[in-house]
Amino acid sequence: MPRITMREAISQALWEEMERDTNVFIMGEEVGVWGGSYAVTKGFYDHFGAERVKDTPISEATIIGAAIGAALTGLRPVAEIMTINFAFSAFEHIVNQAAKLHYMFAGQMVLPMVIRTVSGGGRQLAATHSQTPDVVFAHFPGLKVVAPGTPEDAKGLLKSAIRSDDPILFIESATLYQSRGEVPDTETLIPIGKSKIQRPGKDVTIVCYSKMLETSMKAADQLAQEGIDVEIVDLRTLRPLDMEPVLESFKKTNRAVIVEEGWRSYGVGAEVSTRIYEEAFDYVDAPIQRVAQKEVPLPYNRNLEQLALPQVEDVVKAVKEVV
Amino acid sequence: MEKNEYLELFHQMILIRLVEEQATLLYQQGKIGGFLHLYIGQEAVSTGLILSRQPQDRVITAYRDHGVAINCGIPVKMVLAELLGKATGCSEGRGGSMHMADVGKNFWGGHAIVGAHLPIAAGMALGDRYQGKDSVTICMFGDGATNIGYFHEALNLSKVWNLSVLWVCENNLYGMGTSVERASAVSEIRQKAEGYLIPNSRVDGMDVMKVREAAEKAIEAVRTDKSPYFLEVETYRFRGHSMGDPERYRTSEEVKRWQNDEDPLGIYHKYLVDNKISSTEELDGLEKAAEQEVQSGVQFAESSPEPSAEELYKNLYVEIE
Repeated sequence: MPRITMREAISQALWEEMERDTNVFIMGEEVGVWGGSYAVTKGFYDHFGAERVKDTPISEATIIGAAIGAALTGLRPVAEIMTINFAFSAFEHIVNQAAKLHYMFAGQMVLPMVIRTVSGGGRQLAATHSQTPDVVFAHFPGLKVVAPGTPEDAKGLLKSAIRSDDPILFIESATLYQSRGEVPDTETLIPIGKSKIQRPGKDVTIVCYSKMLETSMKAADQLAQEGIDVEIVDLRTLRPLDMEPVLESFKKTNRAVIVEEGWRSYGVGAEVSTRIYEEAFDYVDAPIQRVAQKEVPLPYNRNLEQLALPQVEDVVKAVKEVV
Repeated sequence: MEKNEYLELFHQMILIRLVEEQATLLYQQGKIGGFLHLYIGQEAVSTGLILSRQPQDRVITAYRDHGVAINCGIPVKMVLAELLGKATGCSEGRGGSMHMADVGKNFWGGHAIVGAHLPIAAGMALGDRYQGKDSVTICMFGDGATNIGYFHEALNLSKVWNLSVLWVCENNLYGMGTSVERASAVSEIRQKAEGYLIPNSRVDGMDVMKVREAAEKAIEAVRTDKSPYFLEVETYRFRGHSMGDPERYRTSEEVKRWQNDEDPLGIYHKYLVDNKISSTEELDGLEKAAEQEVQSGVQFAESSPEPSAEELYKNLYVEIE
């Protein structure tokens, strides 16, 4: 299997789906002539043309609102919000329109749409441009929230998302675009709403997603050298949350660390650990640990920024707390 | 215009008036929950507008949507059933007063967040353009919606992309209890369209014939020019913003003056009789028929079943694992 970058994997998924179905089109800020602010849609404008690769004004609410409208006419828009930090300007249309219309009008309105956006810190963009508020969006029933951690998952999940008839927020990590992984040459479709064991182990379960998969993998490598065998469950989808592989793993290891890039309070760790306590309490051998971002707006200064973000050492330390 | 078309305008306006009066009673009896925004006084706007559309033209509006729903062809009984939250309502009891729709009739709701449906309207027009359809998307909203950012984003996009949207502002002089003068930099709302180079006009919304004429021209302009048009319709709501509005922001004399001098039903009744298109007796007959339709609609709604508990999770997603 070829090893390609996350950027290439996402780009391939978009390209293949646009070639397959003329109802699929892209809209967003700088997706066309510029080629995408993260270069994901480079070359698309020349190949597919301005009608299918639509550069929009800087109007986030209307990018999502118009995607909803286009989806209601039967098209499959892939709307890009340049970073998730700008999604707050479109919050109404993501959580109060896209997530509601199908249910509220008793199934009459169908929204086959994908919102692609970029989350995460670590690039010295300071507080307003560095957030990981994924769980905020995952809070709302009616929306599906996908956040892959490998190129293969990114490609397969994005292709499934584009073919889905539900509104899906597809969150990419700002610092994973250059990361590489094996992606099959053949048609790759990965079902939405399925967690996956990315590394088998027997001593401790790490639950993570997106960028924190990379961090957790590095921690697991270090811990292996010390004789601690870590199993890593990648959620891949935050809503609907698939707890089966998590519970299965936990019932084997009896210990868990939840790792997320966003803030600890009300986060993925809070949700997943509670579900473990609720559904596998008899298997708990140690208090579940959470690794997350320090509770401050992310600072610009490199040292302070890295101090606030969850690091490999934080994961290693948390694992040692539970074994 | 054929005689039956003249009479249909009257029929639909009286139907809306009677449904809204019935809704008032049902609300007072505690049978309607939540908010209830009545269309009384504004009947000529939606009626003149929507009866001018072609079947392929989409309609989307705000939360004062009962009249629009009726004009789009949702049967009165399904409007009333939705008000009562019944399974037989047009949104199966999920949406209530503010969220009625029937996409089969090209009525895309009933949207209750002020201004939020304007970008959606632009998107529907984008979808139709993409698919080579000659549909016009008719998007109705109140004067209050023209002060929120979505309005400006959506108007701008519609012009930049030349989308076939007819923007219709129902200026009823108050956004809830705040008068247009206290909330908007311009009180002639159509001026806001000037900033986006969108052709526009203003029409008396209490005269259904004038609305109809303006609407026909505007819809034709959008379809021919394949670009947006902005129509401001001057109107007035005779009742409060919603039930339980203390109406401290306007005098009862002001309301009475509009009710006496500007009642859209009275104006049109006079027009039909003065021009010998119809007679008082014939129009009385239409009113009686409408009363019967509303009464049987109430019976249908009251005797309809509530949604079952199993419906709670229905339609949360299209694809469930």
